[in-house]
Amino acid sequence: MPRTIQEINNKLKAGKAVVVTAEEMTGIVRKKGVEKAYQEVDVVTTGTFGPMCSSGMYLNVGHTKPRIKLGGGTCLLNGVPVYTGIAAVDIFLGAAQLPADDPRNKIHPGEFRYGGGHVIEEFVSGKDIVLEASAYGTDCYPRQELKSWLNIKDVNEAVLFNVRNAYQNYNVAVNLSDKAIYTYLGILKPKLGNANYCSAGVLSPLLNDPLYRTIGIGTRIFLGGGVGFVSWQGTQHNPAAPRTEREVPTRGAGTLCVIGDLKGMDARYLRGVSMTGYGTSLGVGIGIPIPILDEEMAFFTSVADEDILAPIVDYSEAYPQAKPDVLGEVSYKELRDGKIKIGNKEVPTGAISSLSQAREIAQVLKERIEKGEFLLTQPVERLPGKEAGITFKAFHERPVEQSRRQR
Amino acid sequence: MISRRVVLHFPSQLIDQPILSNTVRRYNLDFNILKASIAPPEGGLLVVELLGAQKDVQEALSYLKGLKIEIQNLSRDITMKDDACVHCGVCVPLCPSEALVVDHADWHVEFIADKCVACELCVKACPFGAMEVRL
Repeated sequence: MPRTIQEINNKLKAGKAVVVTAEEMTGIVRKKGVEKAYQEVDVVTTGTFGPMCSSGMYLNVGHTKPRIKLGGGTCLLNGVPVYTGIAAVDIFLGAAQLPADDPRNKIHPGEFRYGGGHVIEEFVSGKDIVLEASAYGTDCYPRQELKSWLNIKDVNEAVLFNVRNAYQNYNVAVNLSDKAIYTYLGILKPKLGNANYCSAGVLSPLLNDPLYRTIGIGTRIFLGGGVGFVSWQGTQHNPAAPRTEREVPTRGAGTLCVIGDLKGMDARYLRGVSMTGYGTSLGVGIGIPIPILDEEMAFFTSVADEDILAPIVDYSEAYPQAKPDVLGEVSYKELRDGKIKIGNKEVPTGAISSLSQAREIAQVLKERIEKGEFLLTQPVERLPGKEAGITFKAFHERPVEQSRRQR
Repeated sequence: MISRRVVLHFPSQLIDQPILSNTVRRYNLDFNILKASIAPPEGGLLVVELLGAQKDVQEALSYLKGLKIEIQNLSRDITMKDDACVHCGVCVPLCPSEALVVDHADWHVEFIADKCVACELCVKACPFGAMEVRL
């Protein structure tokens, strides 16, 4: 008899549900088998923490007196430009945004010490930040200049909205060239000097629900220390990626678009990121509970690091030139051991995703669920699965003739 | 024999003099340059390991001090900010002297200051700004 989410929530309210982390589940299934594990365990918690592209926040800062219309004007938060083109006082700031005067890679590699991700971290932590805006003025919004301190507790809404997070598997980056390169997966030493990976492996949310059976639109999640929801599939969601026999993708596959109230979040799980030579981002902590509805979910959540294979990609040539070449596949167990073999060479590995933070998140989520503070949700709609016919498209480039460009 | 790793800050008026070579000859020391930079008008910076008899190394350091060269112990120069480190471990394979290691049990990154040669690669590599130079 399969379980329902309602039954699990009733057990949680009665304090009778059994909640374990994804790492613990792997051990339980190994020891007792899928059938017994399904009978014993109601919920498995996952966790991941790492730099996540496509993260950002939107704010409604409230109306000034006299009113100002930021839309169509310019607005900076701690010197970092925000997107104003939504309305009068709604603004959006992306993690990768840089101050206008940042030297970028003018002297390569640039440092990228401060950007959108850092503003979000400071704002969440409760620090005052500086808002500076100029607008063109209208009859109903006459004000043209504004410079003020801004605090998260004073704005109407502060919402984290990340259009692509929690990648289901990811590339392992190496450098085959003879000089160091600076990438979004870190500094890569020449001639296979190191190999960098970025997934929580055994604890990663979508690797524990590889066919998106329980994680869907509307799923309540741990986001940045507070509560969030899956609002859609993330951009570049690619369920058709190749998979192993147990349905674990061997390439970057599914992604999540997530949203949550920034006012309830914690800067411990939202941190500004500076990638030398690349730019800024935001370190995001996400944890997702997986209801063990049946034996298949017990089986899926028993995934171990040795079951998860990731592609090794050369970031000096194949990645920047968008070539599909892969140098081989390697398991997360090998990556975690600290050294992998590529050809005849032993290559030391480095993680960008933090295992200790992922464990902490899975543990914190487990405790919140056990206390009955965090109930499980039935998705409103499934995420597109491998049968959905979605393919991951490259840019379709069509040159524009001179005459049309000048129009 | 002892070894001392120190950071020497040279005032700008000394950068044209063969101070290191004078010092090692006078006090019979071996040396290993870990890092050097000269940036007039601020002066020069030399990170060096000095090897020799304890008395000779100490006298050499007093001699350098007498020339108005500022001396710091090396281990103090790179520090890890515990509250900023998220223990991802991206720095670990980059560290040339194994001063950054990951404990595979609890997956915590540890900084062993004594092993640090102050190459500063970790400072560039840390996405979270957890490794700091103090010079």
